[in-house]
This record gives sequence, structure tokens and C-alpha cells, in this order.
Amino acid sequence: MVSSNGNRPKRLHTLSVLVENRPGVLARIAGLFARRSFNIESLAVSTTDDPQTSRMTIVVGGDDDTIEQITKQLNKLIDVIKVHDHTGEEIVERELALLKVHCTMEQRHYVIQLVEIFRASIVDVGATMLTIEITGSSDKIDALMELLRPFGISEVVRTGKVILSRGEKSP
Amino acid sequence: MALSIQTQTVRGAEILVEALVREGVEYVFGISGGAVIEICDALYHYKGKIHFVLNRHEQGASHMCDGFIRASGRPAVCMGTSGPGATNLITGIATAQMDSIPLIALTGQVPTYNIGRDAFQETDAFGLTMPIVKHSYAVRNPYDLPRIVREAFHIAWTGRPGPVHIDLPRDVSRTPVDLSQVDFPETVQIRGYKPTIRGHPLMVRQAAELIMQARKPILYIGGGVVASGASQEVRQLAERCQMPVTYTLMAKGGFPDDHPLCTGMPGMHGTVAANFALNFSDLVICVGARFDDRVTGDLKEFAKGAKKVHIDIDPAEIGKNVKPDVPIVGDAKTVLGQLLEIVGPKRHDEWLLQIDEWKREFPLVYERGDKIKPQYVLEVLAKVTRGQAIVVADVGQHQMWAAQYYPCHRPRQFLTTGGLGTMGYAFPAALGAKLACPDQMVVAVVGDGGFQMTMAELATAVVYRIPIKVVIINNLYLGMVKQWQDLFFGGRYSGVELEGIPDFAAIAEAYGAVGMKVTEEDDVERALVRAFEMEDRVVILDIYVDPDEHCYPMIPSGRSVKDIIVHPLLREKAKKELSRLVA
Repeated sequence: MVSSNGNRPKRLHTLSVLVENRPGVLARIAGLFARRSFNIESLAVSTTDDPQTSRMTIVVGGDDDTIEQITKQLNKLIDVIKVHDHTGEEIVERELALLKVHCTMEQRHYVIQLVEIFRASIVDVGATMLTIEITGSSDKIDALMELLRPFGISEVVRTGKVILSRGEKSP
Repeated sequence: MALSIQTQTVRGAEILVEALVREGVEYVFGISGGAVIEICDALYHYKGKIHFVLNRHEQGASHMCDGFIRASGRPAVCMGTSGPGATNLITGIATAQMDSIPLIALTGQVPTYNIGRDAFQETDAFGLTMPIVKHSYAVRNPYDLPRIVREAFHIAWTGRPGPVHIDLPRDVSRTPVDLSQVDFPETVQIRGYKPTIRGHPLMVRQAAELIMQARKPILYIGGGVVASGASQEVRQLAERCQMPVTYTLMAKGGFPDDHPLCTGMPGMHGTVAANFALNFSDLVICVGARFDDRVTGDLKEFAKGAKKVHIDIDPAEIGKNVKPDVPIVGDAKTVLGQLLEIVGPKRHDEWLLQIDEWKREFPLVYERGDKIKPQYVLEVLAKVTRGQAIVVADVGQHQMWAAQYYPCHRPRQFLTTGGLGTMGYAFPAALGAKLACPDQMVVAVVGDGGFQMTMAELATAVVYRIPIKVVIINNLYLGMVKQWQDLFFGGRYSGVELEGIPDFAAIAEAYGAVGMKVTEEDDVERALVRAFEMEDRVVILDIYVDPDEHCYPMIPSGRSVKDIIVHPLLREKAKKELSRLVA
């Protein structure tokens, strides 16, 4: 980009991409990101209330010019119906994670306390492990993981975040 | 729904071909195969409605299709079977994508029940073409075909044009179809596809104001001007506001080379006048071009003192390489029409005098010698054809010389592989151009390297009696790479010496075409005259030129106008002028 002077701030943007629910759509979008060296931080996909439409929530990093180019390239795909950048908006944001934590009998009490504080829940219990389910903002999940790390997290799976705008409007 | 032919059997294949006929397709270029055998059978039934040209390689088919479309602006289709048929089409599809050509590529596929089982001649054609098409379809139901074909042509031909690929499994083309259940739609409904045609009035007004304020403006036009048929509007705007015009390789012919306001092509091998005018202007009005690296060189140095207006139908082009002061998304013809409604006449006498001086002081030059100079061949070609032929250029030195030395004056007169730079393009593309425009002279200008990549299409040329002329600028090397190795790699030739160059004239004769070999300068004109006198024959002229001739001017890759290398005869003068301009 000729006019960018290289010190534009890079930050994470969350894009909602409404697409035709057709075979190959995910490949088209993933291919676009790969081909133009855009990096996907997270990606969540599901159908909407209209079975012919899917919503992708894509978190990408980059300066404003990169995000503008990503948005334009996405819009260029025939199967993309609408692209919306939620940055700077009032939004509801959720992500779900499952965490497998090692703990002894003695430690279990402390882990359960943390789970309660975070309003997470325990979905599986073994002799020396607990599996925890947590829903919330990505920051909240990060925070719980930090606190659980000393006990030993052996496995993590996160869905990637999904978001909607707050209030009446549906951009 | 009635078909346009009488037939006993109606399968997916007939529905497909019927849909193609309804789109106005006159030709299908391709090769048969197991996965497309029903389509070939349907084409047999549709003889008289649609011509099936059997090529010798699918790459040839794809370029021939491309040349037909570029020369005429009419639709055409190329076809290959599954597996290797599809992979062979890839080069032609990518060529069309880079130059925004509305090519429709059709591939057969193994039956749906075999997909994913590594069946014989199976390849993921849909996945392979995904990054090089505007859109693609994997058909699963023959009843979807009328809609898919209508959508494919609509998408290919509207907005920024581009290739569309349809992958058709054999069982879909083989399945009998109940005609009463088939509907051929006239219109399309695609939620995610609505190109912007009219420019935003506010932006158009801002552009007009910049034009009225500018002292040193220049119009920089690209392939979009040809695609949208905006040549007249470009000319009106240039003449009314007395602005010089520079055209990209893709827009050669979009503005007449002999027009006093024309500066020629800019960029790596562009004229000095065009490069100076573009880089030392105070306003660049870019219409349907994309600030390609071959035009701009180093983006940081490109036209530093100029404001930029960028008119393009593809919003993603605006701001991709250069951030414009005034972005206008819209169709070139429409937006120029909007501008013409509001801009008044203007004069730029001083600026035009300066440009005329550059044109006078820094013309395209070369020195005659013992050997035939390639530039001379192009000059004689222009003379013999009175500048009227459709010129189809391959890629390399000869392509640049053709662009420099063959003056064009109408859009769709100069066809070449601009974006992808595909060796082997020109010969089959010229065959397509001649089929589309049988009343015009068509000449392919090729190198000895590129011609060898698709010369199997000699059979196609002879069998279908497509009387084009092929001028081989034969320098026994991959000349452009040799030039780089001469200039920047100390003359260390690696991978450029084309040993074993065959006798092309003898090969032509072996196929039943006319072959001529020319090694003396005195014979060039005579040979070309004779070639064009043989109106109904395919003629291959193998012209041996000086292998050490370099293509000038040249701005090395990634550099700026300040580093322009002109012909040795002009070097001192150019150095002086540049230091004046930069200061």
C-alpha cells in the first residue's frame, strides 16, 4: 500500500459474513485468505434461521487498509451476501471452550471454586481430572485458563467467537 | 419447454447444450473424453446450431476460446474431460482471469457416485480452479443446468468480467430428463452479486473539479475501457479537456496510437513520453486499470506529485495498490459519460508542448545491422497490413515490440496475455480471433519459445481452414529472460538457449500449412506481402532476427522512472532531461 506509512495500528477485527449455504463456500473463503496472505485468528460457521444462509464469524488482524481489502475481496465472492465489520460497535460476544484440567483430590476443591466464580460448569469428572465447560467472551475464557494453568491443562478446544450487534438493528 | 432441435433422447447433456445455444454460443472449443462423451453426443445432435472445434490440446482450446471472445465480444465455451482435460485447461482459465475475460470453461467429472474414490481420470477440478475463476459450479442435478448456465454467463459478462467454470459429472449429463419439468430462466437472482454501474455523483463531481484544476493531467486507461466499450468517451474527454492519454497493454487500441494526444504505453517497456508524462503529471485519471507493478514500478516513487482519480467497476481494485484521492466505483463508459456531462473545455498548451517535445526527443529507436532487427519486422508488418490487422501477441520481447511498433486504432485490435504472461497463448488465440472475425486479417506474433508450446494447433488451423498468419520472431533464445541475464546477471545464460529449434517452415508444410523461412532483411517485406496475398492459407513465417537485440526503454523490475534505461543512442539526452525533471 503506497500511502500507508507502516505505523498504522494493527488490531483484531470481527467480521460477520453472511454466505449462501452451499458446498465449497468455506473453501472459497479460506482460499481467499490464504491466497492474499490474510491471517484468520478464529472462525465460526453455522446456518442461520434461514437454512439457505450461513453466518461466518471471522476474527482477523490487520491495519485498516488490510481490513478494507479483506472486506472488499470477501464481497467480491458471488456466494457472499453481506460482510459487516463489528469493530467499535455495541455487541454481544460469546465463545465456548472445553478444558481438561489435571488435579488431585486435594486440589479439586480449588478448581471447583474457580469454576463457580466464572459461572462455568463441570461436565466430566475422573480420578485425577475435570473437564470444564465455559461460555463467555474470549477474554473471560483466557482469564480462567490463566488461573487453571498451574494445575495443568492437558487439552483445550475453543469454538471461536460468535457475535451479534446489540439492540434492534441487524446490520 | 421445447428444445431448438428434434431429438429422441433428452439427457442432462442436451439441456446443457440447449442452454448454451440460448446464450448465443456459436463455438465450443475442446477435446472429447469419457466424462464428456454425452456432451459430445449432444453437440452431434446440435450440429448446425453450434460448432464443436476439436483442438489438439486443451490449453489450445482455452486460448482459442479466449481469442474468440476478446476479438469479438461474443460468448464462447471451452471444454475438457475430467482429470487431465481439466488440468490442461487451467492455464487458459488463469490467463482469462488475470485479463478479466468472460470465458466459460466446462469440464466433465467422474460420476457423482465415484467422486472422492480416486476414480480413473478423477481430479478435483472445482477445487483446482477456485482461485482462478470469478465463480464456479459443481453440478449435481440436471434440472439445475438451465439456471446454472444462465447464472454463469451473467456472472462472466457483467460487472468486472471473468471466467466461470462448470464441472459436470458424467451421470448428470447422462441422466434422462423430463422436458416438462425443465424451465430455462431469462433472468437471474443472485443475492450476493450486484455490480455498481453508475458512479457516485459526489465523487464524479470531485473528479471533475480535480480535472478543472489540474495543470498537468493525464488519462491512464486500461482493459476496463475495452471491456465496457468506452473508447469514444475516453476520446471525448481527452479532446475536450486537452489531456494526454496513456494506455496499458490491455487497452492498446482503446485510444488511437496516431492521435496527437496519445503518448503510447507506460511502464517497464513503455515509451519515455508516457513514463515521463505519467510520473511528472499533477493528476492521474485511471480508468479501468489497476496500477499493475509493470506500469508503476516502485509504488513509493510512482507519480509522487500527482493526485489520483481511480475509476473501476471492481471496488477491490480501488486502494489495492494505490490509494486514490477520488475513488469512483462504476462502469467506465457510464462514469465517463457522467463526467462528460459536467466538465467544460480546458486547455493545457504548455503541458502538451512538453509532452510533444518528449515524444520528439525520445522516440522509439533501433539501429539496423547485418541481422534482421525484430523492430523492423514489426514495422514492415504494420506497413504491409496497413495497420488494419488484428494482432495477437504472445509474451516476451516480441510482445513488447509488437506493442511499440504496431500502431492500433480500434479496441479489440490488439490481443495479448497481459496479466498472466502465458507463453503459447497467441497462436491459438489468433485462431479464435479469426473464427470470430473472418473478414479481418489476423496475425499472431510469437517467439520461437512460445510457439513451440502450442504449435500442435497447426492441425486445428489447417483442418478448420482458419487462414491466419503467424510471424515467428525467432532469436533462438527465450529472449526476454536472456535480456535480463545480459543486463543484470553478467551474461550468464541459464535456461534460455533454445537448442534444437526445428525448421518451423517444414513443420508448417508437414501439417499442410504454408511455411516460409526468412533470414535476410531484404526478404522480410516480400515474404509478408506474399503471406497476406494467400488469403485462404495458414502461413507460418519463421523470421530469424538478431538474438542480441534488447527491448528498450526498460525500467528494471521494482524500480522507478528515474532508473529508466533508454536505447544507447538516447542515453545522454535522457540523463540530462531526468536530472532536470527530478530537480
